[in-house]
Amino acid sequence: MLKRITPLLWLLFSAGGTVAAFFLPIHLLLTGLAFPLGWLEAPPYESLHRLLMHPVTRLYLLVLISLPLFHWAHRFRYTLYDGLQLKHLTVLIAVLCYGTALAGTAMAAYLLWTIP
Amino acid sequence: MGQVAAAPVGYTVKSEPHYTLYHPRWYRRRMSVWWWLHNRAYTFFVLREITSIFVAFASLLYLWQVRALLQGPQAYEGFLARLKTPLFLTLDTVALLFVLFHAITWFNLTPKAMVVRMGGRRVPDWAIIGVNYAAWIVLSGAVAFALLRG
Repeated sequence: MLKRITPLLWLLFSAGGTVAAFFLPIHLLLTGLAFPLGWLEAPPYESLHRLLMHPVTRLYLLVLISLPLFHWAHRFRYTLYDGLQLKHLTVLIAVLCYGTALAGTAMAAYLLWTIP
Repeated sequence: MGQVAAAPVGYTVKSEPHYTLYHPRWYRRRMSVWWWLHNRAYTFFVLREITSIFVAFASLLYLWQVRALLQGPQAYEGFLARLKTPLFLTLDTVALLFVLFHAITWFNLTPKAMVVRMGGRRVPDWAIIGVNYAAWIVLSGAVAFALLRG
């Protein structure tokens, strides 16, 4: 099973890596540092909420949350194998990693889907 | 060298060998878990592997933000207050550094993963890398614009 879907996992890994590379730095810079530290004025709740109502924003957020999680799952799986020499726990590690990514995706999809 | 035993009856040979009682036990030197600190190239390799943790952290941060936004103004205030704590400012700074490291190494690797040909000739590496960085700037600008315009 794990072997059969490996090409798909690599595809998700590289798609997620690309999304993460292009979009996560600016988001972290703004939301994580510039707004909390007051370098830039944080957008008010109403305007962000309005932005969230737009279908394109929702699709974007689903991609922004889901694909990087699969990127993490795939890379972290191999980090655990090589870095901590846990090769014997293959199945357990794979289930935990991809399971977390799936759970995050499901939660994001649910939240974004149920927006009135 | 090790003892080699024939596969026992009823044992189907799998393409992915697992260690069984009958598997030969090779002599292996124990490797320290810190093997990657001995050499700069290995250290960079492991640091690049670790970037994935912060990539996931950033994704989960946005999941949390979306949830707070949907729960209402009060929940969102709480989220913003949490981001201002030293713990999150530190985490976000470290995460930003790792995510930047991920982005730079990722873009620099693209020509190795993707060979583009144009008019029968291979597009040089610097051009592919350059397009990536240009796209990065444009997309970051677009995100910043959308967020700041509100």
